[in-house]
Amino acid sequence: MEKLLLLGDEAIAQGALDAGISGVYAYPGTPSTEITEYIQSSKQSKENTVRSLWSANEKTAMETAIGMSYAGKRAMVCMKHVGLNVAADPFINASITGANGGLVVVSADDPSMHSSQNEQDSRFYGKFAQIPVMEPSNQQEAYDMTRYAFELSEKMGVPVLMRVTTRLAHSRSIVSRTDKPLQQNSLRLPSSPKQYILLPVNARKQYNGLLQKQDIFEQDAADSGYNVFIDGDDKSLGIIACGLAYNYLIENFPDFKIPYPVLKISQYPIPADMVKKLVDEVEEVLVMEEGYPLVEELLRGLLNEGKKIRGRMDGSLPRAGELNPKLVAKSLGMEVHNGFDLPGVLVGRPPLLCDGCPHTDSFLALNEVMKKYSRGRVFSDIGCYTLSALPPLESIDTCVDMGASITMAIGAADAGLVPSIAVIGDSTFTHSGMTGLLDAVNNHSPITVFILDNSTTAMTGGQHSSALNRLDDIVKGVGVDPEHIHVIKPLRRLHEENMKIIKKEVEYEGVSVVIARRECVQTLARRMKLKALEKKKAKQTAS
Amino acid sequence: MKKDIIISGVGGQGILTIAATIGTAALIEGLHLKQSEVHGMAQRGGDVQAHLRISSGPIASDLIPEGEADLIISVEPLESLRYFNMLNTDTGWLITSMNPYNNISNYPQLEEILNAIWKLPRYVTIDAEKVAKDQGSIKAANIVVLGAASPFLGLKYTSLEKALEKMFSRKGQDMVTLNLKALKAGKNYTEKHT
Ligand SMILES: Cc1ncc(C[n+]2csc(CCOP(=O)(O)OP(=O)(O)O)c2C)c(N)n1
Ligand code: SF4
Repeated sequence: MEKLLLLGDEAIAQGALDAGISGVYAYPGTPSTEITEYIQSSKQSKENTVRSLWSANEKTAMETAIGMSYAGKRAMVCMKHVGLNVAADPFINASITGANGGLVVVSADDPSMHSSQNEQDSRFYGKFAQIPVMEPSNQQEAYDMTRYAFELSEKMGVPVLMRVTTRLAHSRSIVSRTDKPLQQNSLRLPSSPKQYILLPVNARKQYNGLLQKQDIFEQDAADSGYNVFIDGDDKSLGIIACGLAYNYLIENFPDFKIPYPVLKISQYPIPADMVKKLVDEVEEVLVMEEGYPLVEELLRGLLNEGKKIRGRMDGSLPRAGELNPKLVAKSLGMEVHNGFDLPGVLVGRPPLLCDGCPHTDSFLALNEVMKKYSRGRVFSDIGCYTLSALPPLESIDTCVDMGASITMAIGAADAGLVPSIAVIGDSTFTHSGMTGLLDAVNNHSPITVFILDNSTTAMTGGQHSSALNRLDDIVKGVGVDPEHIHVIKPLRRLHEENMKIIKKEVEYEGVSVVIARRECVQTLARRMKLKALEKKKAKQTAS
Repeated sequence: MKKDIIISGVGGQGILTIAATIGTAALIEGLHLKQSEVHGMAQRGGDVQAHLRISSGPIASDLIPEGEADLIISVEPLESLRYFNMLNTDTGWLITSMNPYNNISNYPQLEEILNAIWKLPRYVTIDAEKVAKDQGSIKAANIVVLGAASPFLGLKYTSLEKALEKMFSRKGQDMVTLNLKALKAGKNYTEKHT
């Protein structure tokens, strides 16, 4: 068996390749990005022509994968947790159509919000869609479970959700790889011809089918081996540990031997019988889960009249933020070690825009134009440019969700805040800004949309941007008056010139678009390095 | 054998190279390994850290428990302070470069930072950039710091050398030689100063 040193994300990717996927569909987002990147650069994927280009957004990714599953082949969709909000419509409906070829949706949660707007828990989406959810606790499980998820998806005829969190996604460990990877499926349309036509008459039938499968899903979660009951002599406490929390639990005991009975949960829906067995034999229950108190809330019920249930809801563990070994030890009443006190001289070091970043020059120009107006008019979006909220630039006033800059500016302008400015990156614009711009055009909104085109998806590490070479045509095609579309080059030496253009358009009482185009210095440097390397290689082979 | 190591610095300073070198050396010795890294937002000139755990037995948590790190290896002095709470007060060592990376307006006086470090019971502070320059290139400063930490890793020095060879061979023999020299110079410094 081959042994590989893999990130949790990479283990999922390798697991999917070995499960015979024909395509991965994704939009980048921390901490999920490395799954797709691994597949994109994998030799195995090239040999088997696994389709792996980035999609425009999570919804298009999800729908494309549904199409591949419809055609009988295995497809994986990957995103960060908030991406699942964008893809929620096809995701929920895919649970009604069911899956033909295996369909696995990976959602990477970010408890503690290391690089996210919230810490929503994707397991609720699994419950919402009423489909099985896998939650690996380590890299090996991430690898094994991905294959299992595909098998389960095909066996049950439904999509399967795989939930990971930051610390597993971005932690490396050794993974043993199977010697027997699966072949890809061949083209095979669904046997039931109306399954994918969700007219009410079919949808009701499909939905009933899904409801009938619920018991089988639960039975599978009891039998698969991914939920395990580990007995312990001390019945004063029983522990339910979900996903990664299990590692933090066993970390606190020598040889990983826990004196209390433990139920390790890595597959949902949770088997009621396993929970009952544990609850019946102990005095109280402590639930440890990364994310929201999903299991804990279920166990407590609204009235909380049964056995004492402890966890995030009674303060045994913090209500928000990720877990760690120390928090878990404290919840068990164990003694914890403290390190040295943090010295008083320590100060924070927030992330910054890189030296020479094109966004800096864009904002310097915008800041100067906006000086004459009252504050609170710059609606921003999500990307590297969101860092302009911090000193020294302090240019922007909002950042809510991808695409919201343009639409919020429209609403604020409707309310009387004129002028209102939207600031949006190129990748975010094609992700979900285009439709908002169409609203603005139809609404004749007095807004200026500043598209910061650094020709990449920089925030997540410089992935291909769907907007590349298409932006100007899209903006024109949506119906913005060509007289009010400008392309500028954000450079210090063009500051005056750029400022004049921005000023004029901000003063114009209609929809205007200013595209600030200059490549991200990071991707530029990477491209130049690659070029030099290729040149060197070509020279060597020539001589 | 079990070592819990925090590696810290500023985005772009090469902390993942240090982690990968120790990781590769640990695998050469057949040890278990878990390495938790920071990706994404924190890389734009912000603080970054990795948790590296190596052990002869299985490892449970991806994160090192607070107050239990055996070692902090930092390529930047201010950043080394950020993880004082992680260090084991009875046995932990702090190894850090003394070369500040000053990209914030309120960067403290270097002297104050060093004074805080020098209050610890066990530390090595090294002018890694100077040592690296003496060996041929300032670029190898991170490997100098690794060399300074090498006596505390519980790994054979030759395993670290093999790991560096493996990692830098792609970039040519010059790079391998430079980094081996940097590693050695760091090690010598610690041996002379502890
Ligand atoms: C729905 C959703 N998907 C993905 C992300 C992660 N994400 C945040 S910003 C960003 C990329 C932004 O690219 P762009 O707009 O071109 O700006 P840049 O970072 O290049 O300046 C991504 C992928 C997110 N926050 N929300
Ligand atoms: S990665 Fe690119 S876009 Fe992001 S801050 Fe750096 S230069 Fe600017």
